[in-house]
Amino acid sequence: MSKQAQTMSKIDIDLTAQPDARGHFGVYGGLFVAETLMAPLEELRQAYEKYLKDPGFIGELDADLRQFVGRPSPLYHAERWTRKVGGARIYLKREDLNHTGAHKINNTVGQALLARRMGKRRVIAETGAGQHGVATATVAARFDMECVVYMGAEDIQRQAINVYRMRLLGARVVPVESGSRTLKDALNEAMRDWVTNVDDTFYIIGTVAGPHPYPAMVRDFQAIIGREARAQCLDQLGRLPDALVACVGGGSNAIGLFHPFLEDDVAFYGVEAAGDGLDTGRHAAPLCAGRPGVLHGNRTYLMEDDDGQIIETHSVSAGLDYPGVGPEHALLKDCGRAQYVAVTDDEALAAFHDLTRTEGIMPALESSHALAYGAKLAASMDREQIVLINLSGRGDKDIHTVAAREGISV
Amino acid sequence: MSRIASCFAALRGRGKTALIPFVTAGDSDPALTVPLMHAMVKAGADIIELGVPFSDPMAEGPVIQRACERALRHHVSLRDVLDMVAAFRRDDAATPVVLMGYLNPVEVMGYQAFARRAREAGVDGVITVDFPPEEAGGDYAHALDEEGLDPIFLLAPTSTPRRIAMISAMARGFVYYVSLKGVTGAASLDIQSVEDKLAGIRAMTDMPVGVGFGIKDAATAARIARVADAVVVGSALVRIIEEAGGDHGFVMEQVGGLLESMRTAIDNE
Repeated sequence: MSKQAQTMSKIDIDLTAQPDARGHFGVYGGLFVAETLMAPLEELRQAYEKYLKDPGFIGELDADLRQFVGRPSPLYHAERWTRKVGGARIYLKREDLNHTGAHKINNTVGQALLARRMGKRRVIAETGAGQHGVATATVAARFDMECVVYMGAEDIQRQAINVYRMRLLGARVVPVESGSRTLKDALNEAMRDWVTNVDDTFYIIGTVAGPHPYPAMVRDFQAIIGREARAQCLDQLGRLPDALVACVGGGSNAIGLFHPFLEDDVAFYGVEAAGDGLDTGRHAAPLCAGRPGVLHGNRTYLMEDDDGQIIETHSVSAGLDYPGVGPEHALLKDCGRAQYVAVTDDEALAAFHDLTRTEGIMPALESSHALAYGAKLAASMDREQIVLINLSGRGDKDIHTVAAREGISV
Repeated sequence: MSRIASCFAALRGRGKTALIPFVTAGDSDPALTVPLMHAMVKAGADIIELGVPFSDPMAEGPVIQRACERALRHHVSLRDVLDMVAAFRRDDAATPVVLMGYLNPVEVMGYQAFARRAREAGVDGVITVDFPPEEAGGDYAHALDEEGLDPIFLLAPTSTPRRIAMISAMARGFVYYVSLKGVTGAASLDIQSVEDKLAGIRAMTDMPVGVGFGIKDAATAARIARVADAVVVGSALVRIIEEAGGDHGFVMEQVGGLLESMRTAIDNE
């Protein structure tokens, strides 16, 4: 481990060797599900471990990432924005240029290929902003699989365009009316579907949370972001960046970026959604303002009340509106390898406009959280330093939300 | 011997199958729960299973999800549920009470504090749906054991022989066989497949086997009773509570009636 990581570390643990055989990232992660799902999760773990070492599978995945997703995604020097911010040079990893407009497709291609190898003809998914749902519906169309996407009724209202995109792709979008009617409830409902249809169904989880092996498997499919970014930095800049910045809802784009840099002397910043502000209680920042608990199959930081009930979250960005976070982030926080910060709705919206106007790139509201913090960070650093921000998705899906907040009807 | 073990031993001696009704504590309001527990005992319940409300009940179908939501509107917490059990115990020292819930509220209270308070309240067994033996086997099982509480684990149609053996070895009181692949209150229960799976379970353990999920009426209860040591009925009762819309008299009468019909049908098998 690097000198920086060692000095920052409060816990003596080999971060590159996570999780353990039963899915634990330190004290986090694990396998907390009802008995019915234990066997299918074991079947999935075995298939994932087998095919991740299978050159045929890896070749198929690589070819799809190039020809279907459009990888590698560029590493882009945001020159005008760098000048405007004043400070470190800002580079953007352009996951927004992937097919379907976000990093989510890296993972759905991987899991769909795995589903096909396992002989599963039906895929299900949960979605918040709709990006993971669209990415799942997309691969289901391509691989001729039946696709059902669970989406909170509240999110269906907020993300009408993505709902229609999923339907055009042939998916059935099921509104979830229980609980807070958002992403966490969609995840509950997808789990209920899976428990009912375990024999023929593959559950494509969209983030690095859930029971083992999902946090590790989704990370491994998303780590293409960090592997490319690392090679591009060395190639284009002749050096590694000083800091990586990514937004964290469940945390898949952040882990995908961070993981290949674990042993490097590079700082990690995960940016959560502060909503109306951390002090208002109306936010979605479990790492900054929550505490450890168990939800959705893993132990991790959660937003919960004193009775252990999960509380409703708030963020302008549906994709960050989740009360939990991937267990590997919980470990990276506790051992000090990554720092977790939060950005309000207003700050994220300002960054959305800023990047759009200075670079001609319209970011997703999720990614705008990373941009807002990345700009603050860059401003505090030297001109010779480099900040790499993961631009995890494009903002087309959010223009109605932005317009509505500004009182404009489109 | 625990209250649950004694209960099954006595029933076995008389050749009877246990009837275990489930309701969510605090549904539809906290004042209903304790009187309803007594009414269920009067109608023929051998063991009471009390659901601890949780915001994200992943294994539950819509009926029990809504029960959780109704209870949570009254902010019914794990502490409140333990108070209800203590209140029940003041008038009933015999009927075993099993809590069924999810891990996070227990996690917040702390395993040892939970086990101690549960024992003090008069709880006999605990089912923690999302806490499989691989994870629960350490501190949690130890904390329950210290206080003489029975850890009750689920078995499912997907459980492998290796898991059945491991789980049966860790379980106390009884094992709970989830009769179908699905959530609570699901529609289709295949009696033949339950019979087949139970034969496999019986070959590996002498532990009493309860069967639940999808048992809606007296006829199904009776058929399950032929092969099980206990019949668990939940959603069918909770649906009555929902339909009652706060009318406690209606709940007592209808829940009592359904349990009596199940009791009669089971005993006549």
